[in-house]
Amino acid sequence: MTPNSVAIVGAAETTNLGKLPDMGQVMLHADAALNAMKDAGLTAKDIDGVATAGHNPAELAHYLGITPTWADGTSVGGCSYMIHIRHAVAALESGLCNTVLITHGESGRSRAGALASPVFANHYDQQFELPYGVSIAPTRFTLPVMRMMKDTGLTVEQLAMVAVVQREWAAFHPRASYRDPITVDDVMNSKMIAYPFRKLMCCLVTDGGGALILTRADRAMDFPTKPVYVRGVGESLESPAISQMADMTSSRAFRTSGKLAFDSAGISHADVDHLMIYDAFAHLPIYGLEDLGFVGRGEAGPFIAEGNTRPGGKLPLNTNGGGLSYMHSGMYGMYALQESVRQMRGISPAQVDGAEISVCHGVGGMFTASGTVVMTNVA
Amino acid sequence: MTDRFVPKPTPETRHYWDGAKAGELRLQRCTACQQTYFPPRPFCPECGSRSVAVYTASGNGTLYSYIINNIGAPGREPPFAVAIVELEEGPRLMSNIVECDQTPEALVLDMPLEVTFEVLTDEITLPQFKPAKGA
Repeated sequence: MTPNSVAIVGAAETTNLGKLPDMGQVMLHADAALNAMKDAGLTAKDIDGVATAGHNPAELAHYLGITPTWADGTSVGGCSYMIHIRHAVAALESGLCNTVLITHGESGRSRAGALASPVFANHYDQQFELPYGVSIAPTRFTLPVMRMMKDTGLTVEQLAMVAVVQREWAAFHPRASYRDPITVDDVMNSKMIAYPFRKLMCCLVTDGGGALILTRADRAMDFPTKPVYVRGVGESLESPAISQMADMTSSRAFRTSGKLAFDSAGISHADVDHLMIYDAFAHLPIYGLEDLGFVGRGEAGPFIAEGNTRPGGKLPLNTNGGGLSYMHSGMYGMYALQESVRQMRGISPAQVDGAEISVCHGVGGMFTASGTVVMTNVA
Repeated sequence: MTDRFVPKPTPETRHYWDGAKAGELRLQRCTACQQTYFPPRPFCPECGSRSVAVYTASGNGTLYSYIINNIGAPGREPPFAVAIVELEEGPRLMSNIVECDQTPEALVLDMPLEVTFEVLTDEITLPQFKPAKGA
């Protein structure tokens, strides 16, 4: 890709977030899409590329009244939207379409019009994991952490600090689910879910959606919004079964996707003003900081605990409060992207002053997939 | 019958489940590059060779990582440990740790384990791991 060849010109979340039993899942996609089209001053007739995860893109295109010449149904979990951006850049650069709409909607809490599973079932899981009593995500996404703790010195108190610091960021956001401050003791005294993970180290389960509109950068000035340029992108996949992760102290998908994104953007870590790392659970920012190369092995826990990522710290991280405090519908990646866009537009309620480069890093499945997007507001 | 989740073998995994029913942990090894791999498939994921052989593993392994499920699962009463076992032959697989207290004090990383078998149904027996004798 060519850095900054594509711009995000429309971005919006659903009108409401949280508990939305009166809105079915497809309408969550559509509500966000309509908001994003309004943001960009477009209608469905102006869109010729569609991408979504968890639903067939044809369902969304037809529901919204779009006639696509390009579609992407990559559905590998919550980072699918980062990967859609990468694919959309390739499509826009090569002229396969002109204006791409990426939608997310998920009735994670109310299950109104929800489908069976947003991620493909796989036979590794059916034969070699489910029989052992792994159930919902907290009982399996958490499996690598004991190894991480023994091998790198990560502590459970440092994991608790991830939740504490992100709550500080959530306090800035009127739309965040949880905004009241919490302490390490609060986290350590919350209900045990899957040792060593307690409830406040686990993401929310809420309803919502989000949408993005992308076009070539040479058209970006025709739109009413401040353009946010896609400077770099990366993606990768590892195993659909967490037991088959090659190294439980480091994600191959994170390392691969992150390096691709940094290399394609032509940036170094010191250039990054703002960072989002998909946090379904408190250990994800730890793995992300180390696998993206912001800190060395075993350094991410102390880095967060010492305050480097909190408001006023040198590396603002998960400034919407993340999946732990802002919202988490199931495939949270879209909300991380929305916060990166807000930061690059300069309109986040937790705005990082003067931020010019944002890195938005996603996970899909249980360390199954990864997508990374580098955004900038400098053409 | 059981409320537990019961795996359905596929043609490519049948030898594994037949082995478990016979009280053996069966792995596959590439006869070209000698790599042992898991989950089962009729070719080597390292070198692509279709020349692979099924053999009976030692059944020895160590506790690589785990969680203790406190919220339950179909047919399972919490708390119970879900573990990743690293086999002597190299691959890792998911297991429960049976014949052992389901506590952090009893479940110590890198402790030696040995395979045992849990009958789920007439058709399916599940490989499981327990603390190794004399450990």
